[in-house]
Amino acid sequence: MKAARKAFGVPLPASWFTPRAALPALVLVILGLVPVYAAATGDPFALTLFGRIEILSIAAVSLNLIMGYGGMASFGHAAYLGIGGYAVGILWKEGIASGFVQWPAAIAVSALFALVVGALSLRTRGVYFIMITLAFAQMVYYVAQGLDRYGGDDGMTIGGRSSFAGIVNLNNATQLYYLCFALLLASLFLVWRLVNSRFGLIIQGARSNERRLRAIGISPFRYKLVCFVIAGGLCGLSGALLANHTNFISPAMMYWTRSGDLMVMVILGGLGSLFGPLLGTVTYLLLEEALSRVTEYPGLFIGPALLLVAIFMHGGIEGLFGARRRD
Amino acid sequence: MTEPLLQVDGLTKRFGGVVAADAIALDIAAGECHAVIGPNGAGKTTLIGLLAGEIAPERGSIRFDGRDVTAVAVHRRSQLGLARSFQITSLFADFTALDNVALAVQARSGHSFQFWQDARRQAALREPALQALDAVGLAARADARVDRLSHGEQRQLEIAVALAGKPRLLLLDEPMAGLGADESARMVAMLRRLKGDVTMLLIEHDMETVFALADRITVLVYGRVIASGDPLAVRADAAVREAYLGEQDARHV
Amino acid sequence: MLYFIEQCLNGVQLGMLLFLLAAGLTLIFGIMDLVNLAHGSLYMLGAYFAATFAAFTDSFVLGALLALVATAICGMVLEVIAIRPLYGRPHLDHVLGTFGLLLFFNELVRLVWGPAGMTLSLPSEMLTAVQIIPGLYYPLYRLVIILVALAVAALLYVVVMRTRLGMLIRAGASNREMVGALGVNIKLLYTLVFGLGATLAGFAGLMQAPILTVQIGMGENILILAFVVIIIGGIGSIRGAFVAALIVGLIDTLGRAFLPDVLHSMLSVDAALTLAPAISSMSIYMLMAAVLVFRPEGLFPAASR
Repeated sequence: MKAARKAFGVPLPASWFTPRAALPALVLVILGLVPVYAAATGDPFALTLFGRIEILSIAAVSLNLIMGYGGMASFGHAAYLGIGGYAVGILWKEGIASGFVQWPAAIAVSALFALVVGALSLRTRGVYFIMITLAFAQMVYYVAQGLDRYGGDDGMTIGGRSSFAGIVNLNNATQLYYLCFALLLASLFLVWRLVNSRFGLIIQGARSNERRLRAIGISPFRYKLVCFVIAGGLCGLSGALLANHTNFISPAMMYWTRSGDLMVMVILGGLGSLFGPLLGTVTYLLLEEALSRVTEYPGLFIGPALLLVAIFMHGGIEGLFGARRRD
Repeated sequence: MTEPLLQVDGLTKRFGGVVAADAIALDIAAGECHAVIGPNGAGKTTLIGLLAGEIAPERGSIRFDGRDVTAVAVHRRSQLGLARSFQITSLFADFTALDNVALAVQARSGHSFQFWQDARRQAALREPALQALDAVGLAARADARVDRLSHGEQRQLEIAVALAGKPRLLLLDEPMAGLGADESARMVAMLRRLKGDVTMLLIEHDMETVFALADRITVLVYGRVIASGDPLAVRADAAVREAYLGEQDARHV
Repeated sequence: MLYFIEQCLNGVQLGMLLFLLAAGLTLIFGIMDLVNLAHGSLYMLGAYFAATFAAFTDSFVLGALLALVATAICGMVLEVIAIRPLYGRPHLDHVLGTFGLLLFFNELVRLVWGPAGMTLSLPSEMLTAVQIIPGLYYPLYRLVIILVALAVAALLYVVVMRTRLGMLIRAGASNREMVGALGVNIKLLYTLVFGLGATLAGFAGLMQAPILTVQIGMGENILILAFVVIIIGGIGSIRGAFVAALIVGLIDTLGRAFLPDVLHSMLSVDAALTLAPAISSMSIYMLMAAVLVFRPEGLFPAASR
């Protein structure tokens, strides 16, 4: 008995299983079981819907890293989704189908774009930062519109999914789904490690009080920039997944309202909490789906719901379970 | 004779038409507690801002520990050992007390591009932080979030954060601001314990504190130094009595 | 050369519309510190109201007037019900809440007016072109837009700089507590300012309606342009909004008009035709990014913030 305990290292504290931990755990378990349900009922739609939820959750997790933990409210995050997606689509069009090329390219180009945007934007504050990130995203949107060879304004259907030399077969819907699931878990783990590391504490310190951070001897710019780049790369990966999931890329995936959607998901779930973006994305997309089944006008209900959340629910869904809001 | 730790010369700063610092000259020797006093609007907070590097002077120079830091950025000065506390409490409000201090320790221990290990489990950060908390009497409140601390506790934490970086010179901007009588007395006792270990520049309104702690006093009026010397000399100085002590103390002295 | 002048006039005309939209946005932003993503919805409502009332009354002018009143009422009701609780909250809550409002209004319009969109036709006397300089005929209606918007700008300037309301607006932008302490009903002031902003947005929408079609989502593109305008101009500055709106209007229009030719000298016709609008749209955002990099508070930073 004693040995068993020792093997686990530190015993889990008694308070580990709280309602706050139970909800994300439940969501993750359900996400993990969706393919089982889909196989049992023969209904592939669940895989499509929840696969999309997982992919956008990764994007939301990445936005939460900079916006929730770092206080950098990017209103242009959909640009990275688009860049990741276009990297996959463009490489496919040019005859490179290997995921080993496409995905690293998606991540690298997104990260590089984030480096440029961050280096120029992080000089500004508050609303100006929100708007300059938006401006850069709009630029990419118009660039994509101008890419005649890759569909221009109408977008482009991608004829084949990324190939991974037989390791995973993305044409199999279940395998694609579980890859998304695994990457979602990995991104949550990554952010969890990041925000509790020395680096993460600096990032959160910069959000909390930049003047104090300077006074103790740290200039936050480089740390914020690195954080911005990490988030950009992660969101680029999510874009690569999205392109594989829908087999389609178009400028619309980075229109400013898409960035708005991502922001909504993060704020709805709870800024600066690890599982907030997951809960926010699940809630937002399921609500949209459910409402569009019962009414022709889902926006009539979603819109006011968002307003009510903004007015009454400080700290989003996670806030309901006692997580403190980090403004 | 050894060079003073801090050497300020001809420091000048105007805001619009107001001269907030008018050719200020000031020396602080290692180990001393030097107080700067002056009526409201004398430019005390501007002086701290100039020394910490948040405000750029128009003229004059600041030498710290033998090197010219006049144009050095805030965070670099802090790395050189020039720490400060804020008059209006300025902490990481959503961090715990211990995290606040640990981050200051971390700031002095090289760069922070460590992305993986849990920083809260690093003894090299936590232990010095706990010591600093202990030094200001806040060890019992280590895990409380800052916005749950009382005002007095936050003032103590300000000092602990400044101390955590093992500074050569501590700039204290009105550490007694807003404290009650008991809390003030505790703060004075604590600062007295620190005296000798850390060189201090103390900006303070409260005369009792100043005369209880300071080795030397500089009096600032309208951004100008009108007197500087040991407490007794300053207390006796005619210009000081007229310009500053005049209103409140002249009858009693 | 005549073509160039004509395109410049088009640019000024777009700039004037942007100014109408941006003036309200910058007032609301500067005074209430509110990020209002639903501002474009009021622009859309103005256009829909005008199309409806004009069809109903058979008069463009009467329809437009009724639409202005209706948009103003909508704006003030919206402020009291939905916007007021958002004051003083973090900007991200504004984004969340007003993004919700934007979704709501798009859907509401679809419910009330249907998904098809509408047209607002001009009275026949407006359909003529006038000769401005020898050889250059310019559509009368576009000229009217420019002149009316200039008149509104002048009026706005007088209101803000010369009247008691304007004094309160300016004071409110710099010092909320002080205005409250003066015994001014700050809630009423905010409602009026929001109503004014809504009216200006609705006005821009209905003026633009005969040129473009009236459709759902028409406010979304132009809202972002208006944001760009107020960021370039400096938040809270009406003068900045005016200058920046002209710059943005001119760049956008001239880019679209002349870039295809410029690019054509280097590229194929097709490529030039796709690339040119993309580049001219981008150039506005590049301008904004450049302004923010070099002047993080815009061209005309309001002195107080």
